[in-house]
Amino acid sequence: MSGLSTPRAMALLLRRDLLLAYRRRAELVNPLLFFVLIASLFPLGLGADSRLLQAAGPGIVWVSALLAALLSLDGMFRSDFEDGTLEQLMLSAHPVSLLVLAKVFAHWLVTGVPLILVSPLIGLLLSIPGEAMGVLVVTLLLGTPVLSLIGAVGVALTVGLRRGGIILSLLVLPLYVPVLIFASSAVDAAASALPVGPQLYILGAMLVAAVSLAPVAAAASLRVSLS
Amino acid sequence: MMRFLHKLASPKTFYALSGRIIPWAGVSALLLILVGAYWGLVEAPADYQQGDSFRIIYVHVPAAWMSLFVYVVMAGAGAIGLIWRIKLAEIIAISSAPIGASFTFLALVTGSLWGKPMWGTWWVWDARLTSELILLFLYLGVMALYGAVEDKRTASRAAAILAIVGVVNIPIIHYSVEWWNTLHQGPTVTKLDKPSIAPEMLWPLLIMALGFKLYYVATVLMRARVELLERERNSRWVQEMVEAG
Repeated sequence: MSGLSTPRAMALLLRRDLLLAYRRRAELVNPLLFFVLIASLFPLGLGADSRLLQAAGPGIVWVSALLAALLSLDGMFRSDFEDGTLEQLMLSAHPVSLLVLAKVFAHWLVTGVPLILVSPLIGLLLSIPGEAMGVLVVTLLLGTPVLSLIGAVGVALTVGLRRGGIILSLLVLPLYVPVLIFASSAVDAAASALPVGPQLYILGAMLVAAVSLAPVAAAASLRVSLS
Repeated sequence: MMRFLHKLASPKTFYALSGRIIPWAGVSALLLILVGAYWGLVEAPADYQQGDSFRIIYVHVPAAWMSLFVYVVMAGAGAIGLIWRIKLAEIIAISSAPIGASFTFLALVTGSLWGKPMWGTWWVWDARLTSELILLFLYLGVMALYGAVEDKRTASRAAAILAIVGVVNIPIIHYSVEWWNTLHQGPTVTKLDKPSIAPEMLWPLLIMALGFKLYYVATVLMRARVELLERERNSRWVQEMVEAG
């Protein structure tokens, strides 16, 4: 690996992960379908009163996004763990945290971004008003990377376990709560024509903190899991 | 100093020393809690607004303080274990988790009991209650992760990382009543200049808090000793001790 700069290694890893994801397109659609399905279960359960849906809409979209993100997390390191790629990455000369960051970014591109693209449609189904729709997309743009980053720590901790799934949700969901609170409160505020700056700034701050700290924690967790 | 610390961190010394500390901490915890409870529940004057129902403060507030304190101890010990690979720190960290979870649960239950007469509801989704609930989930997550990994040393290191990540929640809980305008009342004791609680109400509270802290010391040492024996069961000093009866 001599002569390969770290940014180049990250770019290669990103390309590899995206390529792998593209080859397994069917798996990519599943979390997205799950997101749409969960979101459309709420109107069936709550009744089709459009005022009620409008009030609950931001929360519904965000809870569904949270669950869809959770569902897709397990794939982040699983196959690389099973075929030994992860161990090779740990042995490489580059900082593991940066390689993890590249992997998380790839994961977000293939799971988070499609979710953001579909969200206006879900918003429409839940009669979220047009002026709040833009804010909804912005909160998802700021929030879903945080979900992937925090999730990476949880996945890294549980990747060696045979039944990691249920533990993973126990570890990760409490840490997701702040994102959920501020994101849905921003959309709520936008729906009632209130300023949304504060919530968006806090989400942005969470993103910055997660980008800088979560890869380090995830790298340390991977070292523990692979030891 | 470093030599003393090293000696303290050796399992055998710790086992002997903690065996001597536990009775002292346990008995003084019991005494302090008894005195504090009598003083707080019987002697202290009733609150001019809340009447007698404020007296649950003597359980609720110390438990809530301890829920944060134990978490910080757990994360701190976990970090020490991760960085310097000190077995004993790992054991202290993981032994703290169930105790901290109990304190958190106690704080939530007593708070709920207090909330019913004061706010007219068992539960509100306000910032402090929600963040305290998340704290409970964090404790449970640490315990679940520790239980799920078979190798206990790996398990304690994984649990330590999770505990450290969860530390972000601690300042949120502590400042939640100041940052957000919530139903939960603001702090009355930990103000820097002058507490806004009457001294005759404050003293029993502090005594209770000290009692809770000593109770934690006693129980965490007891748990740590059991965990230590289990992990060190193949080492010579444990076997010699068992044979000696």
